[in-house]
Amino acid sequence: MSKEGTGLIGEPVNLENDKHIYTVSEISREIKVLLETAFGEIWVEGEVSNFQAASSGHIYFTLKDDSSVLSAVMFSRANKGLKFKLENGIKVICFGKISAYGPRGQYQIIVEKIEPKGIGSLQLALEQLKIKLEKEGLFSSERKRPIPYLPSRIGVVTSLGGAAIKDILKVLERRFSDVHIIINPAQVQGEIAKEEIAQGIKNLNSLNETLPASERIEVMIVGRGGGSMEDLWSFNEEIVARAIYNSKIPVISAVGHERDWTISDLVADLRAPTPSVAAELVIPKKEDLEEKVDGLTDALKNSFLDIAYDFEQGVDDASRRMLLGMQNLLRLSASEFQALHKKLALLNPVALIRQHKLKLADLARQIYVRAVHFLEMRQAEFGSAAEKLSSLSPLNILGRGYSITFKMPQGAVVKDIKILEAGDTIKTRLHKGEILSKVTEVKGNG
Amino acid sequence: MAEIKFEEALKKLEKIVDDLEKGDMSLDEALKKYQEGIELSRICSQRLDNAKKKIDVLVKNKKGEFELKPIEKESEEK
Repeated sequence: MSKEGTGLIGEPVNLENDKHIYTVSEISREIKVLLETAFGEIWVEGEVSNFQAASSGHIYFTLKDDSSVLSAVMFSRANKGLKFKLENGIKVICFGKISAYGPRGQYQIIVEKIEPKGIGSLQLALEQLKIKLEKEGLFSSERKRPIPYLPSRIGVVTSLGGAAIKDILKVLERRFSDVHIIINPAQVQGEIAKEEIAQGIKNLNSLNETLPASERIEVMIVGRGGGSMEDLWSFNEEIVARAIYNSKIPVISAVGHERDWTISDLVADLRAPTPSVAAELVIPKKEDLEEKVDGLTDALKNSFLDIAYDFEQGVDDASRRMLLGMQNLLRLSASEFQALHKKLALLNPVALIRQHKLKLADLARQIYVRAVHFLEMRQAEFGSAAEKLSSLSPLNILGRGYSITFKMPQGAVVKDIKILEAGDTIKTRLHKGEILSKVTEVKGNG
Repeated sequence: MAEIKFEEALKKLEKIVDDLEKGDMSLDEALKKYQEGIELSRICSQRLDNAKKKIDVLVKNKKGEFELKPIEKESEEK
């Protein structure tokens, strides 16, 4: 026994003969086998955390509860069938086997199936998709387009053998059916349904692009008749929702019955509770249309009569106004005429002539008066002049006692004594009579 | 005018009534519109009485082109 040694150092420990020593890999492998056989396939419930989706397609997460955690992996082949989106915080029930992962020295559950706890996975998927699409604005009421009134071309995406198309055609039978219905057949349940429905919506849009504007499909009905929630499921698929959202043609969603609400209903421009109602929304009743045409015809007549009456009134009004205008014009002309007449009268040459005549007469009178006056003045002047003249006559002077002496026989007026000599005969003229005298003496004067 | 569709005739009629109700036009124009409206109203009534429906199924032919084929008799009967 001594050769086995007891020393702590110096000698190699050699237990190989009676003790089994595992390598890490060996023991890991054994643990793995042990775990797998001990538990087999089990259900584990917990909350998802540390969720990671690897590029390989595998999903890694941790299941936890209040005090423990359990690593979980869901390989891509298993998670392809996952209906809803796995995310942190949701409570799930996982089905799979407990195993160990050697490289990490970690036990884990390899998940094969996963169900949300308390709610079906379809339901959860629906809720998740709703939240996602709502965030993207697919349900936004602002993008909903009006459904055309009286469309002449209506597209339908549904199954040719289903109840929906029968209901739609029945409505067409009993209503005003001046329409062209174009059906794009599509499976409405089963695996390929969602692809076919989405494709159908796309097809009708593509077809529209090849048609002239007047022949285009104006609205489409997408739907199916009633069924279980699973039957209607295609209308909850994202691919269908997106096809509706991207459709240039307004879409009426008509899935199942009144109580069934699908994502298609939320995305569509209009939700009809059933395919029949959808058809009734776009194919009106003949009586309604007749009523409408009658109403319009009445409105047409009335509005025309209104205009005609207006014009009639306008004509009356105009003629009244014209009459008034004419009268005014006449009245105005008359007064203008009078004014002009007055003006003309003022300008009349007859009057002018008369006036001038009067003026002439006046002037003539004035001339006459002045002439008379002038003559009178002259006469008076003449009178006084004659008087003056007569007063200047020598005879008149004689009258005052003066006399004139003439030398005789010549008869020369004696103004100077010198011409006289004693013995000359002189004649003296007196105021009355003459004297003949003999000069006796001449005396010089001075 | 003969080939005008019901909804087109109705739309035109509505427009004419709108125009007339606004009343902003000459008497000649109003009369012309009125006559046109009466004709449209007649067409509408006619179309209502002789509506023609057409039901086609959209299919893709071998070349991948769209084709419209009348739906099978079975659903169109009666």
